[in-house]
Amino acid sequence: MEVAKLTDVTRIYKVGQVETRALNGINLTIESGEFTSLVGPSGSGKTTLLQLIGCLDQPTSGSVVINGKETTGLNRNQRADLRKGTIGFVFQFFALIPTLTAYENVEMPLLLNGKSAAERRRRVMELLEAVGMADRANNRPDQLSGGQQQRVAVARALATNPKLILADEPTANLDTENGEQVMEIMKKLNRETGTTFVFATHDPRVIKYANRVVTLQDGVIVKDAPGNGKS
Amino acid sequence: MINYFKLAYRNLGRHRRRSFLSGLALALGTALLMFIAAFFQGEMRSAMESTLRLNSGHLQVRDADYDPDKLSVAWDYLVENPMQIAAQIQTLDVVQTATPRLFASGIVSVRDESVGVQIIGIDPASPANDPYRTLTAGEFLTADDREGILIGYPLAQSLRLSVGDTLTLLVNTADGSVDQQPFTVRGIFTTGTTAYDKGIVFLPLAKAQAFSGAGDRASIIFVLLKDREQAEAVAAAISSPNYQVKTWRELNQLLVLVNDFSDAYLVVINLIILGVTVTVIVNTLLMSVFERTREIGILSAIGMKGHQIITLFLAEAFLLAAGGVTAGTLIGWAASAYFGKVGIYFGDLGLSADMLLEDRIYTVLTFDAAVNLIITAFVITLLASLYPARMASRMEPVEALHSAQ
Ligand SMILES: Nc1ncnc2c1ncn2[C@@H]1O[C@H](COP(=O)(O)OP(=O)(O)OP(=O)(O)O)[C@@H](O)[C@H]1O
Ligand SMILES: [Mg+2]
Repeated sequence: MEVAKLTDVTRIYKVGQVETRALNGINLTIESGEFTSLVGPSGSGKTTLLQLIGCLDQPTSGSVVINGKETTGLNRNQRADLRKGTIGFVFQFFALIPTLTAYENVEMPLLLNGKSAAERRRRVMELLEAVGMADRANNRPDQLSGGQQQRVAVARALATNPKLILADEPTANLDTENGEQVMEIMKKLNRETGTTFVFATHDPRVIKYANRVVTLQDGVIVKDAPGNGKS
Repeated sequence: MINYFKLAYRNLGRHRRRSFLSGLALALGTALLMFIAAFFQGEMRSAMESTLRLNSGHLQVRDADYDPDKLSVAWDYLVENPMQIAAQIQTLDVVQTATPRLFASGIVSVRDESVGVQIIGIDPASPANDPYRTLTAGEFLTADDREGILIGYPLAQSLRLSVGDTLTLLVNTADGSVDQQPFTVRGIFTTGTTAYDKGIVFLPLAKAQAFSGAGDRASIIFVLLKDREQAEAVAAAISSPNYQVKTWRELNQLLVLVNDFSDAYLVVINLIILGVTVTVIVNTLLMSVFERTREIGILSAIGMKGHQIITLFLAEAFLLAAGGVTAGTLIGWAASAYFGKVGIYFGDLGLSADMLLEDRIYTVLTFDAAVNLIITAFVITLLASLYPARMASRMEPVEALHSAQ
């Protein structure tokens, strides 16, 4: 099943008089269960592409279909609705809400989805367990290491059982050990739950887990090949 | 349900000092609003009370030709049969008291000093004269006293007169000449309103009439009602071709005008104070929106909608407002209560009898005024917070995420 289908997508950024063609005629289909890396030199359009797939941004032209639903022309709130429950995000920076505990951070998307208290409790503990953070449930982000924060962020991305998780350089701020640990967790979740993962990364440690590697250059896909990651 | 208040409380806790200071600004603003409202209320009440009670009454019955500025006791200007008319008016249910008064102009001389005064002849038994019954020394007048006089405390001070001393009183009589006679100071009164007390001396009505040659006539019948809002109705009821009836509104046009204006004036002051206070709150929230751009992006990315982000920021404003307004109400109430007891001393502001003010103004915080201010401060704070809140809700997630990377 197709989780995301991009057809002839172009994204042009305009800053003053300067136009940057960040993506230029992208055609890409992400199938359910993939564990895909977007690679390419800095400025090649990886982040832009992830943001379009994640409905955080809208293409200048072309069509983005998520989960069978056309997203171009949706307003801000409709896109927020589409994201919640369908798409989870893991960012390069450790994007936890600083005033909330690990537990509460993971709980937030469940709250936004109107899940019952009992269900939230069960799900949050299950996820924190899965990323090995159950014993730090009541810690605030500033009481956690970068790797620990990123694991909580992964748990949060997974909270609502989204079909698709988008991660932009999830290991960039982590040392080797923590990076591997986070990747192992994601790989395991991919294998066990069939959740689709798409990463933007330079990191060979990430690429080696991927079962598909899409290479971008100057906003164009120049290579789309199977990866070495075992499924 | 998302517990917005929990989130808001924690967010405010991130910058405790800043949150505290903006809450404090709102508290002081609210306290100031309350105090000013209480002061205005006290001032206007004092002005109304003093002017009506001491000077104009609620109704005055006068001869059609009477000119209050002349203080003439020429018979043409005076009311005939005042006792009878007063007694008749007194029978009306809504009338508290009605009593004749005679006004004449005179000069008090002691040793080589003299001071121009207004002589008022009163019926000592009438409750309408209760405001003059507070004495710093001596005794009140009796109806049949032929040599006694009651003088005000400021006049006694300036002429160094004590109870038992003798003064010479000169009066402009009904036939246009002058007469004079020594009087003994029986008592020294104080109404707490220097502007009034310094220029008035009281004689028993009968003595004043005889002394000035006014016969058995009076300048006015001074009427107090149980409810001053009945003045127009009573005036209509007792109208007669023999005399004119003036209501307190007609008698105190300046005061009524000032009173009406004071509300508008208060609104302007309130808006200025609230404007300043609210700017502080909005500024705090704006800072907080800018600082949390990335966080707003994250919340938006995980599916928080615009109205939920607005609610989040409004909850912060609500907590600030609740804390600030509550503290401000307590401070404002305490200050108003304190100065409502002790009063604020202004002394003689040199106002004319058209608008008398007591030397001390006692603040009066009415329940209505307090509730109005609390609601206004609250609502305006929340309305003003809509601006930063909406701004946060309109951030595009991509831009929000970008801005802090
Ligand atoms: N918000 C923006 N405004 C203007 N130009 C932008 C914006 N975001 C990205 N760009 C430009 O679009 C191009 C693609 O940027 P993008 O961030 O997608 O690259 P990337 O592949 O993620 O690079 P990196 O590996 O450095 O993260 C770049 O030339 C960048 O300068
Ligand atoms: Mg990037």
